[in-house]
Amino acid sequence: MGASQTRTESKYQDLADRTGFSPEQIKNLHKRFQHLSGNEDTISRANLNSIPALANNPIKKQIIEAFFDKRNQHQDEVGSFGEIGFEQFLMVMSHFRPPTLKTTEEEKEALRKEKLRFLFNMHDTDNDGTITLEEYRKVVEELLSKSGAIGLEAAKAIADAAMLEVASTNVPHMAPDDFYEGITFEHFEQILQGLEMESRMHIRFLDVDTTTMRCGKSTS
Amino acid sequence: MPSGAGSHNPAGIGRSLPERGLLLLMVLVFLEGSVLPLGAASSPDIRHQENVDNHKAADPGHNFTKKAFPVLDLDYKHIQTPFEISLWVLLASLMKLGFHLIPRLSSIVPESCLLITVGLLVGGLIKLAGEQVPPVLDSRLFFLCLLPPIILDAGYFLPIRPFMENLGTILMFAVVGTLWNAFFIGGLLYAVCQIQPANPNPLHAMELLPCLLFGSIISAVDPVAVLAVFEEIHINELLHILVFGESLLNDAVTVVLYHLFEEFAGAGTVTVMDGVLGVISFLVVALGGVLVGAIYGILSAFTSRFTSHTRVIEPLFVFVYSYMAYLSAEMFHLSGIMALIACGAVMRPYVEANISHKSHTTIKYFLKMWSSVSETLIFIFLGVATVDGPHAWNWTFVTVTVILCLVARVIGVVGLTYVINQFRIVKLTTKDQFIIAYGGLRGAIAFSLGFLLDKNHFPMREMFLTAIITVVFFTVFVQGMTIKPLVELLAVKKKQEAKRSINEEIHTQFLDHLLTGIEDICGHYGHHHWKDKLNRFNKKYVKKCLIAGERSKEPQLIAFYHKMEMKQAIELVESGGGVKLPSAVPSTVSMQNIQPKKPPPAKPAERALPQLPKGREEEIRKILRSNLQRTRQRLRSYNRHTLVADPYEDGFGDLLLKKQRMIELEKKIKDMSNYLTVPAAPPDSPTMCRARLASDPQAYSMKQGSDGVPTIHVDLASPQSPDSVNLMDEFRQASQQQEKDEDQGLMMKPPSRPTGRRKPGETDADKDQQKLMRCLSDPGPSAEEDEDEDEPFLP
Repeated sequence: MGASQTRTESKYQDLADRTGFSPEQIKNLHKRFQHLSGNEDTISRANLNSIPALANNPIKKQIIEAFFDKRNQHQDEVGSFGEIGFEQFLMVMSHFRPPTLKTTEEEKEALRKEKLRFLFNMHDTDNDGTITLEEYRKVVEELLSKSGAIGLEAAKAIADAAMLEVASTNVPHMAPDDFYEGITFEHFEQILQGLEMESRMHIRFLDVDTTTMRCGKSTS
Repeated sequence: MPSGAGSHNPAGIGRSLPERGLLLLMVLVFLEGSVLPLGAASSPDIRHQENVDNHKAADPGHNFTKKAFPVLDLDYKHIQTPFEISLWVLLASLMKLGFHLIPRLSSIVPESCLLITVGLLVGGLIKLAGEQVPPVLDSRLFFLCLLPPIILDAGYFLPIRPFMENLGTILMFAVVGTLWNAFFIGGLLYAVCQIQPANPNPLHAMELLPCLLFGSIISAVDPVAVLAVFEEIHINELLHILVFGESLLNDAVTVVLYHLFEEFAGAGTVTVMDGVLGVISFLVVALGGVLVGAIYGILSAFTSRFTSHTRVIEPLFVFVYSYMAYLSAEMFHLSGIMALIACGAVMRPYVEANISHKSHTTIKYFLKMWSSVSETLIFIFLGVATVDGPHAWNWTFVTVTVILCLVARVIGVVGLTYVINQFRIVKLTTKDQFIIAYGGLRGAIAFSLGFLLDKNHFPMREMFLTAIITVVFFTVFVQGMTIKPLVELLAVKKKQEAKRSINEEIHTQFLDHLLTGIEDICGHYGHHHWKDKLNRFNKKYVKKCLIAGERSKEPQLIAFYHKMEMKQAIELVESGGGVKLPSAVPSTVSMQNIQPKKPPPAKPAERALPQLPKGREEEIRKILRSNLQRTRQRLRSYNRHTLVADPYEDGFGDLLLKKQRMIELEKKIKDMSNYLTVPAAPPDSPTMCRARLASDPQAYSMKQGSDGVPTIHVDLASPQSPDSVNLMDEFRQASQQQEKDEDQGLMMKPPSRPTGRRKPGETDADKDQQKLMRCLSDPGPSAEEDEDEDEPFLP
């Protein structure tokens, strides 16, 4: 028992160093992972799909896809997994860590780039390095998908307007024959720089284990 | 509201004639204000004498001695009160004008300081004239008339998202911080008063409870002062909302402490029971105030649902309901400020969805106007009351108070931040803490509360007032003046001036959903989960009740998009249409640059469409594009060289021309045999007419319909508005038409009325119509003429 515990602890420590979580947070997330996977070693898309709270989310598919996207693993691979293990799960979660008081300006910049990259990958489904008009339209359509017929009609107009805005801001002077291929990562960074991603794109990861506090009630 | 300092005088030195005239006018108003009360004092006596004489003459024998008929008479008493009020308001407004004539001064000294100085001067003048200074900072006047507009303005335009995100922090500062300040200052003051046993000191008479009362009065950060100073320094949103939110929410604490200590200062002791009651009272005051405000807010939102036929009184509902919320809360001794904030914040999203664009502008400008005048008056009155008020200067008391205020604030902020940072994700840095501590300004509320004290219970009332005024002056002058250079020195992040773009809005929404999803996957119910739940509840139930018609189903993103397009359309029209690009970054990018060149495969839609051969399409598109570009250029040269008219009219002409063009095109299309099975939309349907409005001159480039279906349902002034209409037809006929189009020339026919507007028309165009009608339908007393007026620009 003692040996296996130290082994898990050292594994946690290793993961903690790589992803930046604290060992307590990793332990909690591991518990959650076990719950989602039904105590297996890997989770599939079906596992995530079955979370009831996600049913109301308009971009549920994209979120689940992001977990299985190899590009989010910081390993320069492309494509997608069929199933992911805890390590990959953790890597994806690490994109949502907040900056701390000790984060320097350069680290904040790197953090922001990383988060923007995550978003970019979510939009760029065919992995050609740009978000084309079709892909952007898809994004807006999904966002408005829960709003019925009004949403679908307006989605196209909104996506076109947004694309126009990106093009105007980044490449102001285009000849009438030029074609704006799509939003590159640099352009993407440029248009979202006002949002301060490093302070907005994060969730609170618990240091305390709350699942036991819920008196065994099986939650999502 | 103090606007940014700017030089109106291009020369910079020496004043031009109009400005001298303005200064002279101000001096005259000054004199008038001080002399007239003199006149008022003297004239009644004279008139009284006259009356007496008349009576004496008239009574014996009823011999009416006929005196000369008064051709010109001076009856000041008749109009005294409204006249003096108007005079004060006029003075305040002229002051605001005057400050910006001296650009250097207004950039160094914040407006509040200048206004207090003016108040001192006016008070001094009145005192010199020997008159009694009117009790201008009378507490009833202040709390019932001067304060509500400022708070309503703040509450209605409160940025909800940052406020809610930081609510925990704000509450900590407001409640715990104010309590700490009150007890620390009160307690230490009492201690200081008790020492110095050697010299007999009037301060020895001070008991603990009055000291605590004084501490509670002086400890609250004042929203008026904070607004006045922070408005000019443009710091980042987080700090602004923290300090400002604190100043708003500490009202509940102040109310409870004030009443508690005032009650028991008479009795002399406070028991534990009283303490418990105090806590309960605080919860009642705070939550009760919010509840009262929310109820009135919902009532107001519900009322605004039915105002589609009487648009002119829409702003009135907003103001009256809010004011009644404030008064109702004050009636129950609940926190009026919190009621007002809750009312404004609750009703705003629903009211904005219901009212017309003009009403929205009216509300905005009235609120800004009232709050600006109120704020100016408050500071002037502070100055006047300083000159007037009975003062009892006590060096020890006053200096100790000032020092203790500063020290208490710093310790409070640092200590609380340490605790808060354990729970915050985005921590507060030392710089942030400094600004929060330094921004803790005191103002007129403290003074009015002190003024309310009963002299019998509090014999040292004058000393209190003097100390309060000193602290207020110190914070407003010293801290107010130095905060701007300090912000520069510390390189605190400033407010981002960038306009909200559609991309940011899309991604804000996207992020919201993403973070909610990740939280759900993680399995704990965090901040985003509850926000999402609230949003869904709002969408499902509340919006249906409170928002009229189809707009209740409109998602936020679409509403934002429409608002933006409207703004662009209005900007375009105001800028003279076509000549100036409305976008912030002038660019030549147009829709054609974004659309993919390759034609998409024909989708099996309900309407079968034939495909044009690819080469032909290219050719046609090129022709159309060049045609329109040439047209655009021709229009421009027409504007600049041929016609000598003002840009407004030019833009008008531009729009009409483009409208004309489209009408001709469509007519020709209709005449041609229907190649397609698609029924062409009637040329006067509301959608077609809306389609002609270009929010963007670039929009007139031809766009390759991505799905090939000429969709009719376009949104108000979308960039692709005219294009989706009958695209295929135009491709075919364009080559034949182009010569004819060029010869069209400049026919200025009045725009055809969209007759489809009144008829219900197609059901799917209905909701678009409603949007259109809401934008435009603001009928004045004579509905017809006003609608005529609105027509030309937004058909």
